[in-house]
Amino acid sequence: MAEVTLSSFIVLGVALFMLLNSAAIAVYAERRVAAFIQNRMGPNRVGPAGLLQPIADVLKLLLKEDVTPTEGNKFIHAVAPMIPVITALMTVAVIPFGEGLYATNINASVLYLLAVASLGVYGVTLAGWASNSKYSLLGGLRAAAQMISYELPLGMAVASVVIFVGSLRVVDIAAYQETWWFFFLNPLGAIIFIIAAFAESNRTPFDLVEAEQELVGGFHTEYSSMKFGMFFLAEYMHVVINSMLMTTFFFGAYHLPFAGYWLPELSPLVKGILDVSVFTIKTGFFMFLFIWVRWTIPRFKYNQVMKLGWSRLLPLSIANFIVIAAILFFIVN
Amino acid sequence: MFEQYLPIFVLLGVAFVLALAFMALSRFLGPYRPNTVKLKPYESGMDPVGQAKDRYSIAFYLVAMEFIVFDLEVVFLYPWAVRFLDMGTGTFVAMTVFIVILFIGLIYTLKKGTLDWDMKNFKYEALKK
Amino acid sequence: MDTFIFIFLAVLTIGSGLGMVLNRNTVNSALFLVLNMVSIAGIYLLLQAQFLALIQILVYAGAIMVLFLFVIMLLNLDDERSLFSKVRAKYISAFFLGVVTLSLILYSLEGVADLLPEISPEMETAGTVEALGDVLYTDYLFAFEMTAILLTAAVVGALMIAQYKKSNNGASE
Repeated sequence: MAEVTLSSFIVLGVALFMLLNSAAIAVYAERRVAAFIQNRMGPNRVGPAGLLQPIADVLKLLLKEDVTPTEGNKFIHAVAPMIPVITALMTVAVIPFGEGLYATNINASVLYLLAVASLGVYGVTLAGWASNSKYSLLGGLRAAAQMISYELPLGMAVASVVIFVGSLRVVDIAAYQETWWFFFLNPLGAIIFIIAAFAESNRTPFDLVEAEQELVGGFHTEYSSMKFGMFFLAEYMHVVINSMLMTTFFFGAYHLPFAGYWLPELSPLVKGILDVSVFTIKTGFFMFLFIWVRWTIPRFKYNQVMKLGWSRLLPLSIANFIVIAAILFFIVN
Repeated sequence: MFEQYLPIFVLLGVAFVLALAFMALSRFLGPYRPNTVKLKPYESGMDPVGQAKDRYSIAFYLVAMEFIVFDLEVVFLYPWAVRFLDMGTGTFVAMTVFIVILFIGLIYTLKKGTLDWDMKNFKYEALKK
Repeated sequence: MDTFIFIFLAVLTIGSGLGMVLNRNTVNSALFLVLNMVSIAGIYLLLQAQFLALIQILVYAGAIMVLFLFVIMLLNLDDERSLFSKVRAKYISAFFLGVVTLSLILYSLEGVADLLPEISPEMETAGTVEALGDVLYTDYLFAFEMTAILLTAAVVGALMIAQYKKSNNGASE
């Protein structure tokens, strides 16, 4: 049981800084990749190759007027955008970025991740409710129903990883994958997790929340200025966070593939640099996957989303869990 | 044990301050010139018809209800998943029974069509709102 | 320090509970209840019951309160205007400042710190997931299986209440 020292707080600070930055980079990357896929230029004027575009976007949002609809609940309308940002930031505390590079190692950190994620539902629900607009309310309800529906396959997929490790510490789960990534041991769980993570972060093909044709802007129809900016920021932070979680739970965290077999003993500094860069590259790949899917696959209808969640993914994830448990219990053990 | 939770509380404080700072910045930097039309809820450029607070489909409630049940199942799975390799076959059977009972509940719900949001398949009037 | 945190959380729990009961706006009540759940989770953490604290947030604040909010939004109980009673930032800050002040006053009272029981050193291990898993599926197996039946009954019951059969000619509304 590692103690919390000054270095934990340094890791925490750096992780927080990197998360905020990578959210900005994700915004930029999304627009560049979209432009590339659609065969156009994309943002290229602000700074070299348009790299300062996110800063310009934030400045623009800050200078906009903040409008709260009449008869809306002003206080809740202001609190709602803060919730997804806070829950997204809270996640980094338990993710290991390298061997020994984590802020804290609490006893049930997997549950901590799920608990924080489950509180994110309040952001959309309250935003929809406080706006006093039909589009917002319906969008918020839809988003909340979708998010809670996909939380179950997500939790099940994580549980099917936990049975291998026998520990609810994310750090242990990451360390266990030194030789075999869970993607190889539990491919179905990995696929379920990826699908559920897409739905959790409300990204295409599950972006019913902002189905423009039917709901205008969904729960943030009535939001403007930085309040909207925070929902926007939170969406991209969730993309980054979910990429990190995919990497940590199924794609070997900070380990190279089958590293236990061939990677020689390295000095702590080299190992640390290697770990962090491997983690970053994997996270970057999954961020790219999020963007790639968004500009490739059309959106589902709402009934299809619910059907996929409840009558496909949930039974599948339960079956996957119990089969893996049986194999481990009767054959391996 | 408490020191382990310290980074989390520090992070909560930092995240809260950060979120608050964003809100405050936009409040100070942005203009504020409200008028009645601007503050109306958006409804595709028309005057809003009726109130937003209407009654919505009961299906949302059923989804939330179903979610609680399976959320509890997931929560019960975790301590078992951590310890089951060290315990006897009896525990394994017990968990299988637990999952099967809840699975029957899920199949019942799916057969009843509660979680089927396809309009043409709606069997029940109450879901048709 | 522990004593002060406990008193603060206790006052916060009672305060948010009162706020929930006395508030006339249903959504505000629900939000107070969320605060209540979270502060109870804090008290669990203070007792070193780490697993229980996280479960409290995950299940009560994350699942059950979402159901409550849904129901409040769906039912739309009374007329629209009263649903938007004024919640202002100043009331909220007044609430929190009041909680802090009251807990400081309680803390400064002589002898309050001695009233609190000592936390047993066994809690260090008893509050973890592993310890819970060891007893839950052996000593409390019956209660565990009963939970499954209770949950299934809850789903079926909710379904029976929520649905009623469509009339044959299909024109009931």
